Amino acid sequence: MRSRSSKNMPVEYSSPAADAMRMFYANKSALIGLVLLVSIISLSLLGPLLIAADPFDMVWAPLTAPGESEYILGTDYLGRDILIGIIYGGQATLAVAATAALISVTIGITIGALAGFYGGWVATVLISITEFFQVLPALLLAMVLITLFSPSLGVIAFAIGVVSWTPMARLTRAEFLRIKELEFVKAARSISASNTRIILRVILPNAMAPLIVMTALNIGVAILFEAGLSFLGLGDPSQMSWGMMIGSSREYILDAWWPVTFPGIMIFLTVLAVSLVGDGLNDAFNPKLRAR
Amino acid sequence: MHLTLNFEPDSTMTSMHKDTLLEIRNLYVKFGTMAAVQDFNLTLKAGETHALVGESGSGKSVTAMAILRLIEMGTQGEITSGEVLFRCPDGQVIDLLKQTEAQMRSIRGNQISMIFQEPLTSLNPVLTIGDQIAEPLILHQKMSRQQAREESLNLLQQMRISEAEKRLSEYPHQLSGGMRQRVMIAMAMACRPQILIADEPTTALDVTIQAQVLELIKELKNKYNTAVLMITHDMGVVAEVADQVSVMHLSKLVETGNVHQIFNQPQESYTQALLSSVPKLGATADFDLPKMFELAGKPIEDNLKPQKRPDYQATPVLQIQNLVKYFPVRQGRVHALEKVSLDLAPGETLAIVGESGCGKSTLGNLCCRLLESDQGSIHLNGIDISHLNQSQLRPHRKHIQMIFQDPYASLDPQRRVGDSVAEPLVIEGKLRPHEIKQRVSELFVRVGLDAEQMERYPHQFSGGQRQRICIARALTLNPKVVVADESVSALDVSVQAQVINLMIELQQDLGLSYLFISHDMAVVERVSHRVAVMYLGQIVEIGSRQAIFNSPQHSYTKKLLSAVPISDPSRRTVDRALIEGEVPSPIHNLDYTPIHLQFRQVKDNHYVAIED
Repeated sequence: MRSRSSKNMPVEYSSPAADAMRMFYANKSALIGLVLLVSIISLSLLGPLLIAADPFDMVWAPLTAPGESEYILGTDYLGRDILIGIIYGGQATLAVAATAALISVTIGITIGALAGFYGGWVATVLISITEFFQVLPALLLAMVLITLFSPSLGVIAFAIGVVSWTPMARLTRAEFLRIKELEFVKAARSISASNTRIILRVILPNAMAPLIVMTALNIGVAILFEAGLSFLGLGDPSQMSWGMMIGSSREYILDAWWPVTFPGIMIFLTVLAVSLVGDGLNDAFNPKLRAR
Repeated sequence: MHLTLNFEPDSTMTSMHKDTLLEIRNLYVKFGTMAAVQDFNLTLKAGETHALVGESGSGKSVTAMAILRLIEMGTQGEITSGEVLFRCPDGQVIDLLKQTEAQMRSIRGNQISMIFQEPLTSLNPVLTIGDQIAEPLILHQKMSRQQAREESLNLLQQMRISEAEKRLSEYPHQLSGGMRQRVMIAMAMACRPQILIADEPTTALDVTIQAQVLELIKELKNKYNTAVLMITHDMGVVAEVADQVSVMHLSKLVETGNVHQIFNQPQESYTQALLSSVPKLGATADFDLPKMFELAGKPIEDNLKPQKRPDYQATPVLQIQNLVKYFPVRQGRVHALEKVSLDLAPGETLAIVGESGCGKSTLGNLCCRLLESDQGSIHLNGIDISHLNQSQLRPHRKHIQMIFQDPYASLDPQRRVGDSVAEPLVIEGKLRPHEIKQRVSELFVRVGLDAEQMERYPHQFSGGQRQRICIARALTLNPKVVVADESVSALDVSVQAQVINLMIELQQDLGLSYLFISHDMAVVERVSHRVAVMYLGQIVEIGSRQAIFNSPQHSYTKKLLSAVPISDPSRRTVDRALIEGEVPSPIHNLDYTPIHLQFRQVKDNHYVAIED
């Protein structure tokens, strides 16, 4: 496919992406989400560099409530510092979520786009594959994959990605089926645009809005999935993660609320931030809302 | 049979003339900060048809919705002031704007009912026709199920729906567009309303079906003395049915009066402009070439210039021979095209006319190779393109371009319009970026737009401007043939006239050939050199425009022409050769052998299918 970057396009004065960014910044809740997301990511990336500690170290008496010691968020059942756990656990959680979401989005959009665009036997085969993955219990399949290999972060991310792409494929296919019938796609065809060009440059940009929202939701789902796997003891035992913190302290939840609550709040804030950003991107990709 | 209504007598009520059924006084409606209707007045008498005309966005539908107080439901609209006085069956006069929602519910569908433009989406797809007609009867007239069913059957028979008994248990998708609109009218008439509001009731219908539906509305009006408020953009429909006319423009009432007065002596310049841009059948009967509209009274100098004539001696730019196209469906296959052959000369406009489903759009798509034909050949500039694969086709495709029907759907909403117009050149990859920019800005100026507008998005343009952009895109690669598939039918008349003038001008300047696909006979008469009439996938008559319009030979052509509403109320036809019933289905079993029509020559280029 002959593609040209937008700076080569002669009639551009500012790129559509720049317009989208302007639109995004004008949206308050999206901006709040972005600030929140950036803070969470910087906390997880920079925190471990600034505070040298081992999240697995026993630092105080087990199950000390917040405020009862110098460890402001308290300690868990092994006397580990929850604040350090949150700072160090973020990296693993975010890395798994981002990788898993990337995998599921890539598989989902590819399969959905091909099935929606070409139809016929291509669609039959791809939809059968999608259905096969849909009817398998996702958690069970992920558990099998992790047990087969090793419970390392990479395998966990892969397992989550592989079991969670089906809704993305369905949505992409639906959007493609709708958009490919519109006249501007016919118009592109009548000027000899290649199939690749039509898929990537004509249909996909017009399908972006719901796909971005879905991607944001996927990141949220991946974070929760990782927490669920860790909760079941299938996390990477050498890596502290927010899910693992909740999972390991679940038995003490009636006596000590803090070891599960603080990582829980972090997961909640991350999912919320991603959703707000996704919503903002959705609006930003709608040319009708772009201010002019 | 009517409900006893307990309306509050209104103390501020001023009296209405005793014949008046509905009177709108100083109505103001706004959506957010935008005024949708300003200072609107209208009087409607029993047994009278009042047409409310205007272009899209003029506020005519909003006015209708305000009468039924549908504005406040679901939309952000607000009726800010005014009165809508309505005379109840018991003689009491009430202001509809002051009634509660419960009181309005007993009026809607009972005393004032409404029919909508799109008959498919205004019927509930999961309920049978019988259930839907019975609903207002059970609700308002308190009939039993059995009574309601009998009455529904009676209504359907009055609407002259064939096999009415069977239709009651069918679902909307099993009915044709014309039948659905009859069902809608049956529902609206079920409670014998005093007022029927019809919002573009025939816009989505074919011209022969439109004639039948208009006839039906006229008949019902006379039979039940119903007042009809007809909202339409089509001056032909107005001339055909209206007694009184109100013209709306930019949310204001421009002019109101008797239909003859409006058509013969329009007072306001807007009304004059509107009427001058309406294509009138027979307007160019003594002229054998395309003719531009004389907009707003100004003569177009180009009409006086000698026009270039199509070159019939040269090799045709487009030659179609025995083209066949089937679409497989569950019950067999749709015979969309059956051995269609035609030639298009350089510089010629050949119009393809016919009703929906006759195969005219399929033909256009096949010529551009947007669909693959099953049999036959397409020669473009003497080269058979029907069997080329996509990469072989690429160098030839630039000679044939298409302009689509819907200017809102045919531009990529995510892309600046300049990029959309530049796209063919970018794909071709021969020109440098600054040359492309130069070419695009020339094209924008050529189609009457400003080069500065290239960086905007499609939603920032009006329908007419978008269609100009689509024309610019089609012209980017200097094509020889342009297929215009219903390219002006979605536009308002004044805009339509401008776009047609542009197309005629471009043909003169660039020597283009048009395959002009349309259902609108009056537009076709304006633009074409030759006309081909299609019916059920075959051409039934083909010849010069004057031959087809002045001496049609085939019975279908005659019926099609007689069904066109004439924009002149004094020529209102009493009896027309209406096509009874509907066009037969083009779906046949796989073993069906199509009957291919035989032609006889009438005169020179004029051929007609031989009828039994």
